[in-house]
Amino acid sequence: MTGKEWPLYEVFIRSKSGLSHRHAGSIHAADDQMALDAARDTYTRRSEGVSIWVVRSSQIVASDPAESAAFFEPAEDKIYRHPTFYDMPDGVDNL
Amino acid sequence: MNKESALLAYVTRLGDNALVLGQRMVEQVAAYPELEEELANANFALDYIGQARMFYSYAGELEGQGRGEDDFAFLRDENEFGNLLLLEQPNGHFGDSITRLVLFELFYLAQLEALARCDDVRLAEIAARAEKEIRYHLRHNTQWLVRLGDGTEESHCRVQASVNNLWQYTGEMFGADNVDTIVEKAWSGPSLERLEERWRSDINAILINATLSKPENDGMVSGGKAGRHSEHLGYMIAEMQYLQRVHPGASW
Repeated sequence: MTGKEWPLYEVFIRSKSGLSHRHAGSIHAADDQMALDAARDTYTRRSEGVSIWVVRSSQIVASDPAESAAFFEPAEDKIYRHPTFYDMPDGVDNL
Repeated sequence: MNKESALLAYVTRLGDNALVLGQRMVEQVAAYPELEEELANANFALDYIGQARMFYSYAGELEGQGRGEDDFAFLRDENEFGNLLLLEQPNGHFGDSITRLVLFELFYLAQLEALARCDDVRLAEIAARAEKEIRYHLRHNTQWLVRLGDGTEESHCRVQASVNNLWQYTGEMFGADNVDTIVEKAWSGPSLERLEERWRSDINAILINATLSKPENDGMVSGGKAGRHSEHLGYMIAEMQYLQRVHPGASW
């Protein structure tokens, strides 16, 4: 192939038992329909899925790794956000 | 010809179509222009080889002389193959491959749909399974034909030339012989007349969508179904059968 490469698409597959779509990988395609076909041929050959989403990689808004300290570190010392932080009252077996 | 031998000949031909087209596609493995299309071509080729195996195995059972799928594929001569001439034509560029597939699969899908409702249970089951594969192929390949036809000036010209070249082989799909007629009447098989009607309206719609014109020339060549092939099939078969001919019975 000479000239420009086709745009990159990210592929999300929902497996038979899975509840939500998960990122499977990426493919190159010239348009949306081609992306869907290529995703099917590349990522569901072994019955991995029952539903496919594709999205142009350029359409994904991603967090900046350089800002990861501000983004994610404040959550690290907030142990009260985890249910295990709280003592269970006696007599409550399931919550 | 009685209805049993017509069914045997019909199933063998289905196997021949699938094997010869599958082999042509296999020849292009590792030569496709994009990785994603490479995978699609290899998947599609294997679908065809898988269908050929099912048809040949069943043909062996119908024949009842102990021949298996490999005997049909590797130990018959060129004039015993009843595939369509369209499918044995040598590979050209990507547009040629796509055009051949659309022209054939538009017919083949309709044929399989009809066979899935025929009176022979095994054939109907095989057809129903193959139908799902071909429905996807056709979707994929039709999109490509439209993309190429309605694409750049170069892609348009090249794929129009593909359509013009291959058009002469499309008439053979609908020329009913004894075998077709008996399978239609005695097994509730497909009516080629009805398949042709549908094919013509479908291909017209696709060509219009792809901004391609239908070739004016309606001169058709045929003979493949009767075992009279173009010079290309012999070379293809020689390569495909080489191993089994030189080392009979060789296996993995």
